[in-house]
Amino acid sequence: MGRYVARRLLQMIPVFIGSTLLIFCMMYVLPGDPVRALWGEQSADPAQIAALKHQLGLDLPLWHQYWNYLTGLFQGDFGTQIASQRPVADVIAQAFPVTLRLTIFAFVFTVVAGVLLGLIAGLRADKALDRVVLFFTLLLISVPSFVLGFLFQYLFAFKLGWVTPTVQDSEAWGQLLLPAIVLAGLSLAYVTRLTRTSVAENLRADYIRTAVAKGLPHRRVVGVHLLRNSLIPVVTFLGTDVGSLMAGAVVTEGIFNVQGIGNAIFEALNRREGSTVVGIVTLIVIVYLVASLIVDLLYAVLDPRIRYA
Amino acid sequence: MPETATAPAPVVLGKNQEPAPGQSPKGRSLWSDAWRDLRRKPLFIISAVLIVLLLAMVFFPGLFTSASPIDADLTKHFQGEPNYGHFFAPDWFGYDGQGRSVWARMVYGARASVTVGVVVTLVVTILGGIVGLVAGYFGGWLDSLLSRVTDIFQGIPFLLGAMVVLTSFAERKVWVVSAALIFLGWTQIARVARGAVITVKQADYVHAAKSLGASTSRIMFRHIVPNALAPVIVIATTALGGYIGAEATLSYLGIGLADPTVSWGIDVSSGKDALRTAPHVLISPAIMVSITVLAFIMLGDAVRNALDPKSR
Amino acid sequence: MRGSRSVKWAALAATVAMAATACGGGSGSGGSSAAGKPEGYVSINVNEPQKPLVPGNTNETQGAYAINSLFTGLVKYTPEGKLENANAESVTSKDSKTWTVKLKKGWKFHNGEDVTSDSYIDAWNWYANIANNQQNSYWFSDIKGYDDVHPEKGKAKKDAMSGLKKVDDHTFTIELTHPVSYFKEKLGYYTWTPLPKGFFKDPKGYGQKPVGNGPYEFEKWTHKKLVQVKAWKGYKGDNKPKNKGVQFKAYSGYEASYQDVLSKNLDISPQVAPKDLAKRKSDFGDRALDEPFAATQQITPAFYSKSFKDVDPKVLQGLSMAIDRKSITKTVLQGSRVPATGFMPEMVKGYQKLDTDIFDYNPSKAKKLIKEGGGVPGNKVAIQFNADGGHKEWVTAVCASIRKATGVECVGDSKPDFQTELDARDAKQVKSFYRGGWVADYPLNVNFLKELFDSKAQANYGGFKDPKIDELFRKGDKATDLDATVKDYQAAERELVKKMPSIPLWDYAANVVHTDAVDNVKIDFRGDVVMTDVTVK
Repeated sequence: MGRYVARRLLQMIPVFIGSTLLIFCMMYVLPGDPVRALWGEQSADPAQIAALKHQLGLDLPLWHQYWNYLTGLFQGDFGTQIASQRPVADVIAQAFPVTLRLTIFAFVFTVVAGVLLGLIAGLRADKALDRVVLFFTLLLISVPSFVLGFLFQYLFAFKLGWVTPTVQDSEAWGQLLLPAIVLAGLSLAYVTRLTRTSVAENLRADYIRTAVAKGLPHRRVVGVHLLRNSLIPVVTFLGTDVGSLMAGAVVTEGIFNVQGIGNAIFEALNRREGSTVVGIVTLIVIVYLVASLIVDLLYAVLDPRIRYA
Repeated sequence: MPETATAPAPVVLGKNQEPAPGQSPKGRSLWSDAWRDLRRKPLFIISAVLIVLLLAMVFFPGLFTSASPIDADLTKHFQGEPNYGHFFAPDWFGYDGQGRSVWARMVYGARASVTVGVVVTLVVTILGGIVGLVAGYFGGWLDSLLSRVTDIFQGIPFLLGAMVVLTSFAERKVWVVSAALIFLGWTQIARVARGAVITVKQADYVHAAKSLGASTSRIMFRHIVPNALAPVIVIATTALGGYIGAEATLSYLGIGLADPTVSWGIDVSSGKDALRTAPHVLISPAIMVSITVLAFIMLGDAVRNALDPKSR
Repeated sequence: MRGSRSVKWAALAATVAMAATACGGGSGSGGSSAAGKPEGYVSINVNEPQKPLVPGNTNETQGAYAINSLFTGLVKYTPEGKLENANAESVTSKDSKTWTVKLKKGWKFHNGEDVTSDSYIDAWNWYANIANNQQNSYWFSDIKGYDDVHPEKGKAKKDAMSGLKKVDDHTFTIELTHPVSYFKEKLGYYTWTPLPKGFFKDPKGYGQKPVGNGPYEFEKWTHKKLVQVKAWKGYKGDNKPKNKGVQFKAYSGYEASYQDVLSKNLDISPQVAPKDLAKRKSDFGDRALDEPFAATQQITPAFYSKSFKDVDPKVLQGLSMAIDRKSITKTVLQGSRVPATGFMPEMVKGYQKLDTDIFDYNPSKAKKLIKEGGGVPGNKVAIQFNADGGHKEWVTAVCASIRKATGVECVGDSKPDFQTELDARDAKQVKSFYRGGWVADYPLNVNFLKELFDSKAQANYGGFKDPKIDELFRKGDKATDLDATVKDYQAAERELVKKMPSIPLWDYAANVVHTDAVDNVKIDFRGDVVMTDVTVK
């Protein structure tokens, strides 16, 4: 087990370096000069621009800048913003928890509602209820989250007046409910479908028949034997989904005005704050990598046949 | 956005249910079986009708509306509720903030969306297919290398990556948006293709062909490709809907397609300013996006059901 | 070094952990809850200042709000745009070249230090010095010796400008390299404010906790949440705050702040998002203000582009007459702009009624003029704009208007963000028009004409060049009397109508909404709310 984890962690290093390098290069080739833009439409002074760039290390060649960034990163330094001169770590530390909450909210909702719906549908495969659930998931997959967001906003804020159209306080859990549901929409549909297929398939499996034949109570058969085995593909999906939920927050946060990393990255991209963009993406890449590692380890827990040496 | 960022792959192909084309040695029968099966499925029929309608909008928008999507008349600024009785008339869905016919823009928006979806799907399938084929067939260091590269691209959040890529282009036409989606989207197909190729490679008939001295290219293209194609096609059809959603999302964010291209995503974005006063301006193009994605997702579902022997 | 960095990591981890585990602490501490506002304070949505709060460096609205409340310079503008003495007893000059400043006595910084001639001279020298990288340094370029502290290349040769001379603690002289009759007008800009001695030892620290001499003193700055200032008892100026303090609260957008004004969690929102523009009157009645201010929006031809190389001004006049300004401002812009009637807004000193019809919508004359002028190459124009600035709607409308009136094809050329847009201007890649415009630094016609249309002006991205216009500008610059300068520039503006360096579209109006808890909300010429005047009920 320990060796397996170590090997996986080692494998992460090239992926991590590759992804950050890729984003770093992309930011590097973007048109528009963040230092020049500090002056806006006012007259900019070339000497001053050059001086500032030198001070920020932006006049170095790409590889050198990347090296500086990486070495800084390993010492816990995410860099400094060009305009505000704030440490990027501060910016992230302020925005990240908000998105994390939103993601956790969405994640929990996905798991609870998705597994429940999937289980109900799977137990009654090919009956009317199953069809209804399937159609519902089809709808959820088809409606892009920005559309879903506006529909909810229109319905719950403007028509029913239950909530304010946008989130007023990004740190209040209650206000994050609506954006979290919108964010969760798509994953919810996938989890439901996955659980349904898996449950329907496993229902026919020998070990379920055995369990039923043994005279185990129905609740135990479903709750322990069926669910535990059916959740394996769901867990795989959820592992890769955490990262994309966080990335998807760009859209949801924009619609509902949530002050998380989605808004931060959008703003940083528009202002060409390279280190902020790379920093946030790096963080999401790490979340993604760690989540997939955890998923693989969870296999062993869920499926007794798998053992990591 | 998740629908673009997450691989629909696990949904249609769970770990335990990868269709093993090797089980039906006669590839032709799988395909003809599938086709026979498809024609009877209401899911397929509905999606096919919708897609035909969409294609008609792409090629002959004039059939659906006489109005131009760019002619504006400010006296009609946000004028009128939709007139649901006026089928195909310019004021069927009212007018937007610029005084343009919403219905005309719904019709003309199909072109960009469908083009992006189809182009991206085609290129991604070919590109990802080749990478998957090479990695899966040759294995070894080539496989390791290609898999790591795939991992790297997979690690970058799709939407954020696309945002950064697209910002670097001053002109954001259909082909630019397509290229950005391809750049970040090929990994999904590559993974599925690699998995399918590895499964097929172990089939008896491949071993037989090898022992008979067939050339590498013959084994690849006569035996492996046709038999590994099914899961790739399933993923590709489903992904098509996803790419259309992705284009709309990027255009909505202001970094996808740009004026003067008519795009539903752009229209949703400009319609959001009128959500309080004239919601139909936002909702109408939004419904078009949803219907289009739905049509292709249903097609993907139908194809999957037809090609997956287990589900029959 | 290592130690502090690992602390940072730990802090990051701790915040993440806190957010992940503890649900508590969330709701009460939020940046937008009303609970956190002290009695008698006014709250207004002003976003996070983009830079540290240093008068020489701030050049955006957000930071300007804070700077203006914390610092007071020699002279200042009234909300009506009239110039009056503030910290200065008098600012005089006989030849417009050497200016004598006499300071009022008894003025102090918030820390108790006296405001003296040195407070000004040291601050200006510091701002101008290239080593300090202050964005507003060019404001000091008229002063003699600026080149020594801010050479075009390399390091500063001296650390003081020879043009600034202290006479005594409350008198100093400013010598310019050439006469500038409107120099006093320029002094009204917040960059010309003084700094306390402590600043020069710790500019970084003072940027986060500024100490000024203005009507308010600094209380706190919680990044991305709020900047809070309280009325300063020791303030000697006549614009003493009529409230106890101000909270500049950061919102992610004007939609959120609008909602908070509706629910009375916030007193003032200085702008209204397009979504709410149509509803503002029914939501707020007479508490929804539309106040024009000194800013203009134009579309400026790139005279190097294929479309407009050696263009006959008649074509541009024609295009101008093809734009239905009245309808567009009423519908698409929903009253947030006022149709232009000249190259500057009406409240600017030196504004004149131009005797011309080029700002009227007249399709048939437009067509005629374009034809007479030889038409547009390719019969097509494009308007370049940045998609992140809310310009798309009006660009689309202007294009539709031109297309409809004249048959000239017009498309919006959308750049994803301001950076890219600016880049295209710098690199001279504008295809035909770009989104131009100007917000007044000081409300004088000179500011609107010289900065945009002088052949050497930095902001003249379109490359407009006309010897006659330049000559008229020079003449105005040489005049030693302000009125003469204004008159010469007025003559130049009349000439510009024939040259069409740009097509003025409309002037800005600030759309402000406020609750009934506050009153006396006024807008200054920059479109900012005059915070000192706001009263709390």
